[in-house]
Amino acid sequence: MTEQTKSMVEHPEESPGYGTFVAVWAALVVLTGLLVFVSHFGQKAAVWGLLTITPLKAGLVFYFFMHLKYEGPLVKGVVFVALGTLLIFFALTYADVAFR
Amino acid sequence: MSAPSATASASEPSFLVDQGPRHGLLAWLTTTDHKRIGLMYLAAMVTFFFTGATIGIFMRLVQLSSLSHMMTAQTYNALFTVHGVIMIFLFVIPGLPAVFGNFFLPLQIGARDVAFPRLNLASWYFFMAGAVLAITSLFTGGGPPDTGWTFYAPFSIKTGTNVTLAVFAAFVLGFSSMLTGVNFITTIHRMRAPGMKWFRMPLFCWSLYATAWVQILATPVLAITLVLVILERLFGIGIFDPAKGGDPLLYQHLFWIYSHPAVYIMILPAMGAITEIIPTFARRTIFGYKAIAFSSMAIAGVGSLVWGHHMFTSGMSLTGDMIFSLLTMIVAVPSAIKVFNWTATLYKGSIDFQPPLLYALTFIFLFCIGGLTGVMQGALAVNQHVHDTYFIVGHFHYVMFGGTGIAFFAALLYWFPKMFGKMYSRKVAYIAWFPIFVGFNMLYFTMLVLGLEGMPRRYYHHLPQFDTGHVVATVGSWILVSGLLILFGNFAYALFKGKKAGSNPWGGPTLEWTTASPPPQENFATIPTVTGPPYAFPVEPRP
Amino acid sequence: MSLQASAHAEPRDDFGAKLGMWLFLVTEMILFGGLFIGYSYMRSKYPAEFHHAGSELNATIGILNTLVLLTSSLTVVLAIVSLQRGEKGKTVAFLGATLFLAALFLVDKGIEWTGEIGRGLYPNAPHLATLPPGEQVFFGLYYTMTGLHGLHVLAGMGVLGWALTRVMRGRISRDHAVVLENAGLYWHLVDVIWIFLLPLFYLAA
Repeated sequence: MTEQTKSMVEHPEESPGYGTFVAVWAALVVLTGLLVFVSHFGQKAAVWGLLTITPLKAGLVFYFFMHLKYEGPLVKGVVFVALGTLLIFFALTYADVAFR
Repeated sequence: MSAPSATASASEPSFLVDQGPRHGLLAWLTTTDHKRIGLMYLAAMVTFFFTGATIGIFMRLVQLSSLSHMMTAQTYNALFTVHGVIMIFLFVIPGLPAVFGNFFLPLQIGARDVAFPRLNLASWYFFMAGAVLAITSLFTGGGPPDTGWTFYAPFSIKTGTNVTLAVFAAFVLGFSSMLTGVNFITTIHRMRAPGMKWFRMPLFCWSLYATAWVQILATPVLAITLVLVILERLFGIGIFDPAKGGDPLLYQHLFWIYSHPAVYIMILPAMGAITEIIPTFARRTIFGYKAIAFSSMAIAGVGSLVWGHHMFTSGMSLTGDMIFSLLTMIVAVPSAIKVFNWTATLYKGSIDFQPPLLYALTFIFLFCIGGLTGVMQGALAVNQHVHDTYFIVGHFHYVMFGGTGIAFFAALLYWFPKMFGKMYSRKVAYIAWFPIFVGFNMLYFTMLVLGLEGMPRRYYHHLPQFDTGHVVATVGSWILVSGLLILFGNFAYALFKGKKAGSNPWGGPTLEWTTASPPPQENFATIPTVTGPPYAFPVEPRP
Repeated sequence: MSLQASAHAEPRDDFGAKLGMWLFLVTEMILFGGLFIGYSYMRSKYPAEFHHAGSELNATIGILNTLVLLTSSLTVVLAIVSLQRGEKGKTVAFLGATLFLAALFLVDKGIEWTGEIGRGLYPNAPHLATLPPGEQVFFGLYYTMTGLHGLHVLAGMGVLGWALTRVMRGRISRDHAVVLENAGLYWHLVDVIWIFLLPLFYLAA
């Protein structure tokens, strides 16, 4: 695990303004449009859109809206551990499903 | 380790004395004191443990030929289900973290309480609510659940018994476990005393830290699986129902994604408690501190990746079988590291053979049998032969009872004087050990043998060729329980009539021994400053 | 779940409260993660059926609801910015907008479910039973995942509504912001889950 960090950084005093978040929101809307657009090009494109654009959108929400950008390594590590665990659960389930 | 003033705290009243506006039972039920919450868990769990043990005795009685008709097959199915649910969800999983973790984590890291005391009390209420629901499920609806504690689909979605409520009970209990995990991780990150660096923490805290991560990362998968079973039963969503295109194997995957790591939730804090006991009575610092700390984390990590070994005979792909078999072999390595470290700590130690050490060594012996039989089953070919036999039952009782259960007793023997300020009779504790050890091995080693001979688990009646084995096991269960009664009778007697225990009766080196027995409500008069490693001997004598 | 500081005379630990919230969010992520594992397991088993069943859903409402939730996430984060700048009126307004959008989401969801149930597409429905097994599983997962998500929206509304009253009473302020920040974190996670649900169900066709 990566929680060895000792630096418990409190979030910085100056915080980003309204503009940053509105811009992120606009990006999210555009990406949603792109996702819908891509999914019209058949199953394969839809799956690729799902696997690339969706995590990107989720990443934006995590990074900006949920203030991960401004957190120290501990909180980032917590999220990393959770996502890594999920990924491993997926991979090992597929070790069965994909080889039936 | 530095010297906080124990003299000042000696004058303060202990946490057992009501200090708030409320008194008596109400003061306990509304407390946010981690020590009181720990004791409330202890009281509840000892009750559940003896309930489960009583059911176990009845299960053994049925296997005597002369008593084979004392109950119906359906009752027997209900008994092994309820025995499993009570023992696993109400005793072994929460046992050490909820009782000793709650009580000693803040004391060992030099804090006044856990990070979220009210959430801690809420966890206890979730635990009790789950327990009440589980017990209610026995007497309402279509009768006690008969699926076994694993609630395997599709039977669990078809049976007319009260599975819905029992499953919901397990869901609520999972909530309690998750919230405790959240609490402990935050506590360890945020509440350590000045100077208590990560590698100055007692190893029990390290094991709780690893456990808490497993509680957080695995328990939600069980929660959602149980929700799916409930939805399946209420609305027929079809995800586990082959008739609707669902797949019972998906249930098994999801169930074991939690329930195998749950085994490590059970055993890690037990190992942590043993790691506290051994240096104290060897009067010697622990051998390989970092190896033990990291092996706890490794067990938590790798232990989350081995769930498929419960499914080798279920129709999983061969690739899956092989990957999970390999990972299962690997998880034995960090467990073995711990065993080597414990024995190496004893080597050239100045051993003081007190009851906690006796039980701790018993843990190591029984856990080794449990662990090695586990590795045997990790091999695919052996697994085909022993799957769903008494060998499995014997194996997991060696790990869970011989491991976690005995470690629970060892921890109780070790920390009882600290928790209550009273000392039990050491002589009686030695005496209780004989029937426990003899009865345990008669009961469960016989099961290993019966399993290899082909006795299937969960069978109501058996073939005549297994008669002798079943008689030996049943007699063993009587001997075992008589030992348990002596052990707990000794504790009960000590509660009322025990001699007063000093603040450090064993000469323990960690922080909890620097405060009074029982500790004052605020734990420490002044928060100690830590200047050295946790297991420093000789321990300076205190007033 | 309120993750609050000690009842003892401990110094307030905002970072600890936030860490606890993040750990709780981890459990939520894994909870839905279990469902996502189930979804992908079933989808790899029945690719064609999932494709066909997905076309039965109303993608327009799904996309609309995505925009509603994304916007509600924005208003929450803006509420926090205004709180940090001490603009209490704006904070109240942004939180009110969030609650309105959340309610709108649930109304949309209700309309959508009503339509599908009216067409006999619900678990144990006689019509659904005539469809191929893979499509039955698709709808089982659809109702489970969107339903559980809907419950989280409801819980989020409860938490945000409670936070709103505390902002109005001055219990949440510039120097006591962590409760609102934690409520916001919860709300964003609900949003993230929906971000995944949209392509899994509505755009699968």
